Amino acid sequence: MKTITRRFALTAVALAALVSVPSFAAEKVVLGVAIPAATHGFTGGIVFWANQAKKELEKAHPDLQVIVKTASGAPEQANQLQDLQTVNKINALVIFPFESASLTKPVAQVKSKGVYVTVVDRGLTDTSAQDAYISGDNTAFGKIPAEYLAKTMGGKGNLVALRGIATTLDNERMDAFNSVLKGYPNMKLLDAKYANWNRDDAFKVMQDYLTRFKQIDAVWAADDDMAVGVLKAIDQAKRNDIKIVFGGAGAKGMIKTLIDGKDPRIQANVSYSPKFIYDAIKLTAEARLKGEKLPATYIIPSVLITKANAAQFYFPDSPF
Amino acid sequence: MQQEPTKSALAPRATAHWLSRLQGLGPVIGLVMLCIAGTWLNSNFATPDNAMNVLTRTAFIGIIAVGMCFVIVSGGIDLSVGSMAALIAGSVIMAMNALAPMVSSPVMIVVLGMGLALVLGATFGMAHGLLITKGHIEPFIVTLGTLGIFRAYLTYFSNGGAITLDNDLNDIYSPVYYGSLMGIPIPVWVFLVVALVGGVILNRTAFGRYVQAIGSNEQVARYAAVDVDRVKILTYVLLGVCVGIATLLYVPRLGSATPTTGLLWELEAIAAVIVGGTSFKGGAGSITGTVVGAILLSVISNILNLTSIISVYLNAAVQGFVIVGVAFMQRGRR
Repeated sequence: MKTITRRFALTAVALAALVSVPSFAAEKVVLGVAIPAATHGFTGGIVFWANQAKKELEKAHPDLQVIVKTASGAPEQANQLQDLQTVNKINALVIFPFESASLTKPVAQVKSKGVYVTVVDRGLTDTSAQDAYISGDNTAFGKIPAEYLAKTMGGKGNLVALRGIATTLDNERMDAFNSVLKGYPNMKLLDAKYANWNRDDAFKVMQDYLTRFKQIDAVWAADDDMAVGVLKAIDQAKRNDIKIVFGGAGAKGMIKTLIDGKDPRIQANVSYSPKFIYDAIKLTAEARLKGEKLPATYIIPSVLITKANAAQFYFPDSPF
Repeated sequence: MQQEPTKSALAPRATAHWLSRLQGLGPVIGLVMLCIAGTWLNSNFATPDNAMNVLTRTAFIGIIAVGMCFVIVSGGIDLSVGSMAALIAGSVIMAMNALAPMVSSPVMIVVLGMGLALVLGATFGMAHGLLITKGHIEPFIVTLGTLGIFRAYLTYFSNGGAITLDNDLNDIYSPVYYGSLMGIPIPVWVFLVVALVGGVILNRTAFGRYVQAIGSNEQVARYAAVDVDRVKILTYVLLGVCVGIATLLYVPRLGSATPTTGLLWELEAIAAVIVGGTSFKGGAGSITGTVVGAILLSVISNILNLTSIISVYLNAAVQGFVIVGVAFMQRGRR
């Protein structure tokens, strides 16, 4: 009895699917979105903005379907690409690759089936596997804080920096930071250690910096999560030599602190918003609906956030 | 914390007594050598402030490691403690934020939150114990499963972002981490008390002897009328409570829980127990060794942060070399 009901229900679902799909398959854009799962603040923001884009765009364009898939590893993401292509029959793809190298082949496979591919943030090792590339600006992410610190500190003083996880992205930021500092011989970068984009590790690294260096003028925390740990460590040590703590990426908590002027050490930030996934989905969807192409490379600029323009970077609903 | 009775009872009879003593001192010798190296590399290492920093940050892992020591001595393992700590931290913060409009006294809210941390820890530990004993599932698999479950729920509750404690509550709660008593930070006191109590339970009570008996031979313990299931469940509850204590100290530090909270704490706690001279196969263990092991692990990263002679890319390798080195010094004790 039970099996018969279930079989009947399955048949009904299958029939419904068969009937509904061809009815508007002709001009419809089916856009697959493959992103990493929400495992920390930034990827949490990515997931939030991807779903936000799906909601708004599907409402605005009835002939658009957006399918969001989150993966917690590169192999899982590769499997999802296969599913998107064979089961969901996507004709456009926006992907935030988990890793550059290991996803290049799977993406090339999808593209060879005629799917329009937009790659976000981490570039593929073979750029012929993508139609368009949209990314944040990691060089500016390191350059802007260095220029800001040099300017506000009058070109001299002691700095410490925190780094994220050893990746090309982190290296790009650090190199950009260092190259600006080269122009200011009196700005001394005392040390730069990894704190894994993580509040707890940043707390420990900063505690040890404070033990080690008796005079620190500014900290480049390089991430707003790490800035939280840095501020707590400074408060605990009751040190008042540190004038500036520069985070990065514009997490909502830090932007709020900046707007409210709650902490004199938080005076500026640099944008690197997970919202670029929203922009990427929107640009791709709208271009494909009109049958147009996107420019091959589109860099979303990172800009300096100060109290003056902070409000436009404040998204209280986003988890990041 | 006297360790001698268990040690001499379980050490191979034929081994010269002084040799077994020396091997037991492995982690202590390792720690002393590290401290000498640290002082030599940076004179700030030997300051009281730095010592307190290191001990305070060791407290979380150390307290968990004391509980872990019981589980490992009984022949079990718990891989979920880091995720458990993260989920407890998130749940406690959400509960306290939710209580804020309802309960007028903020001190009361903080006390309730701390109580909730302990209750959650005990409950999770109980669930592990029941699944392992009554459900007949390997502890490795049970806790590997809950490792994923706990962290996924925290990530779900936080939407991948941070769960942050209300500012006013955080101000009232923060002395639990940042405060000190007679110049020694509160977490260090708590760590000390937990270690002392753990040492007494393991070496001076019937329960402690049962734990060791089960770890060395479960069948024999069963024939000797030891209620094996009950003792095993209690070791997991004990560990859960330790995780609860560690979490109630952790929450006021940053006033937030994120999906990276407690990441890899399980491995650090297990490493502290094993480096401290406890046999991975169970049967024998030392709380003093566990405490020394936990301190040793955080001293390594402290020294690396205080110096820049070694490339930052090699930090994990240094830790690995020290762990293997200390383990080598006490080989043959199983």
